[in-house]
Amino acid sequence: MIITKAKPTQDVLDMLGNVKKVLLTGCGECSTTCRTGGVEELDAMEKFLTENGYEVVGKCVPQLSCNKNLMKRELKAFKDSGYEAVVVMSCGDGTQTVAGLVDSPVYPANDTMFLGEIERLTLFSEACRMCGDCVLGKTGGVCPITKCAKSLVNGPCGGAKNGKCETNPDVECGWILIYDKLKKLGQLDKLYVANDDKGYKKNLYPMTINLKEDAANE
Amino acid sequence: MSNLQKALESGKFAITAEMAPPKGVDFSHQIAVVEQLRGKVDACNVTDYQSSSLKASSIGLCIKLIQLGIEPVLQMTGRDRSRMAIQGDFMAAAAFGIENILALTGDHPTVGDCPESKPVYDLDSVGILRAAVQLTTGFDCGGNKLDGAAPYYYLGACTTPVYDPVELQLMKMKKKIDAGAKFFQTQGVYEAEPMKPFMEMAEKYGVYLMAGIIPCKTAAMAKYMSNNVPGIRVPEYQIERLKAAAAKVPADDPNVKKLKAAVQEAEGITMSAEFLAELKEKGLCHGAHIMAIGAEENVPKILAEAGF
Repeated sequence: MIITKAKPTQDVLDMLGNVKKVLLTGCGECSTTCRTGGVEELDAMEKFLTENGYEVVGKCVPQLSCNKNLMKRELKAFKDSGYEAVVVMSCGDGTQTVAGLVDSPVYPANDTMFLGEIERLTLFSEACRMCGDCVLGKTGGVCPITKCAKSLVNGPCGGAKNGKCETNPDVECGWILIYDKLKKLGQLDKLYVANDDKGYKKNLYPMTINLKEDAANE
Repeated sequence: MSNLQKALESGKFAITAEMAPPKGVDFSHQIAVVEQLRGKVDACNVTDYQSSSLKASSIGLCIKLIQLGIEPVLQMTGRDRSRMAIQGDFMAAAAFGIENILALTGDHPTVGDCPESKPVYDLDSVGILRAAVQLTTGFDCGGNKLDGAAPYYYLGACTTPVYDPVELQLMKMKKKIDAGAKFFQTQGVYEAEPMKPFMEMAEKYGVYLMAGIIPCKTAAMAKYMSNNVPGIRVPEYQIERLKAAAAKVPADDPNVKKLKAAVQEAEGITMSAEFLAELKEKGLCHGAHIMAIGAEENVPKILAEAGF
């Protein structure tokens, strides 16, 4: 799940500036779950923009804002609505999908925060930083790249106090979590295997994955 | 070969102190500290933006120390530098005759005074040790050959004896040994017992352990450190001892505040000296690393009281 947070509404007004007619798009998946781009949030945004002198000429919440073909079909319906700008209430990816499909300016209503898990309906926590070289098999299924504020790969620093991270006394030290889990699994020996730092060559962005080409190369 | 390496390998009880570069460009205080430490220590650590507080760089003050004829230990954290910058600094260090290196993770920028700074951590402390070793083979991190002679380093790292679970620190110490660390300086310790497993590991693998000593200036400082500084535990009876020293100052003395501070500082020096002597007698370290945190003039006093 891509976790998003709504920008301050004033920011949306600042971005829109002098245009009059606005199209609103959301996303039926992540932003709906995060309550930043579902039907209700689009309604609220419409009300807010109307109160501030804008005309919302269309609204849509596609199943996925990051699916280019799907989004293309959704946007067709608004071709003749006369919108001068689009406010996208999804993640940064969904915003760029829309931006690639329309000729008018596109403005994000959300900040994209992290890839996270849904702990409960209103609580999301970051678990994976998408490093491109998963080490979870060595660390008891607890990610040191994400759960350690320094992304240390060979064990903890000396900065934990009472098991909490030096950056935030509410956050558990990721390496103590790893230790506890490996101990439970009877895999403490894995701690002693030095991990080569992974380097950053694999993290060169922007990345593309082409399943067909990958299959052809195998 | 550095003085520190010679001292540790000869079996002498080695002593290092520590100083921080200034926040600014005036090194006069540090130059004065050099004179206080000259002849009393085998080498002097220079901190690398300690506590993530922006100062002049460690390598800059290390070069100054070399010029003044006192041996530095270059502290190198991974917080602010990529592997390229770390190896570049190591090469420059060697060119100026700096051999001792202490590899550290580095406190997170958010705990310091430039919290907007990007946390780098391209390499962790184990990676930093390996990066130094790599240079000694005549190659850089890209596998490219260095021009001319390969540098030589005497590599160290730190460890935190008061830690729960302690096995994690011992595990990381082992990884640092495997990565090339020859000496260890500990976080400040106040009791002998936690040193035991670390000394056992040092002896088992033929590396040297230097006990971290942070003299307490006041009972309040001791309590604060104990409650807030990771890896530090000052036992209650030691805090009480500092309080008892302060209580001896007559409350009606016009200089009561100053006197209380002075007697506590003196008591803290005595406590550090007694502890140092205890560690040495019990064979729980091969040397000591004294972190006086701005009161470096106390280092010779501690050493004298401890009978060194």
